[in-house]
Amino acid sequence: MAKPLPALNTTSTGDIAFLLLIFFLVATTMDVDKGLDRRLPPMPDENQKQQDIKVNRRNIVVVRINAQDRILAGGTPMDVTQVKDKIKEFILNPANSESLPEKEMKEIEGFGQYAVSKGVVSLQNDRGTSYSAYLKVQNEIVKAFNEIRDDFAMSAFGSKYRDLDKDQQKIVREAIPQSISEAEPKDVSKKR
Amino acid sequence: MAKFRNKGKRQLASFSMSSTSDIIFMLIFFFMVSTTMREGEKLVMVKLPEATETAKLERKDLASYINIGTPVKDKQAEYGTDARIQLNDSFRNVSDIRDFIAVEREAMGEGDRPFMTTVIKADENVRMGIISDVKQELRRCSALKIMYSARTVDKVR
Repeated sequence: MAKPLPALNTTSTGDIAFLLLIFFLVATTMDVDKGLDRRLPPMPDENQKQQDIKVNRRNIVVVRINAQDRILAGGTPMDVTQVKDKIKEFILNPANSESLPEKEMKEIEGFGQYAVSKGVVSLQNDRGTSYSAYLKVQNEIVKAFNEIRDDFAMSAFGSKYRDLDKDQQKIVREAIPQSISEAEPKDVSKKR
Repeated sequence: MAKFRNKGKRQLASFSMSSTSDIIFMLIFFFMVSTTMREGEKLVMVKLPEATETAKLERKDLASYINIGTPVKDKQAEYGTDARIQLNDSFRNVSDIRDFIAVEREAMGEGDRPFMTTVIKADENVRMGIISDVKQELRRCSALKIMYSARTVDKVR
């Protein structure tokens, strides 16, 4: 009969594992990066003459922030808290007003016909604008779009946008595209 | 009487320590999975602006970071207090972004390149001038997916 093996002293394996644990605690971070997702427009070709894409005047709302962080949206000066409602009214155009963006009937796969707004929010800033003011306005605009999406999701699928599944989210995104244009930098203050 | 004979000189039974390592290993695995490696040291002071509508960065491995802000205290003697751009571990200019993006893009797999995100971590007090320059440069090297890094709050002050 084979002799039973003597038990190994395993007291120190715990210490070794502890050492590794402390290394990972020190060398890693837990914080997740959060922020506002944006897509920049591609650079226009230099050889090509820049073509002015004809956007109907009613389809565009200009949000301008000057060097003093004052905001001008759609021609009226306003506080940052008012921007959201302005954008919502602009995109939704509930009364089908002549001065607000037109809507185009579009066939959305899996949903059907929907009048998609052609409105574009154009965000312009000065070189002297502070980043926090700029981001505050960005945030308000995104919030406006998110609220419109939530409303649409609520009426179409009966739950909020973020609770929908992938396909439904895609439908919502198609019905309400987040059309924010970050214009070429220009000196806002010099105008007028 | 034999029942109580050993009383007084009995030794404590030694614990089996073999399972402590398993427990600690479990903790290690938890930390390995839920955390990411710390990136290089910060050379600029960045106090992120606040936002409510933030989205999570989906793929951290596809992100490259551009830090913009005032140099940290012990670098101010050398670099001044104007907002500077930090790429990797050094102060750089707007013109260096092109190379930086090219290197970052090269390091990614072919299929992942379209999803590359440039995270702009800028201090809330920087002026938009420098950010616009960075954005223009990013457009020029067609790194179009960007993210303005922000702190999530319930309500922006």
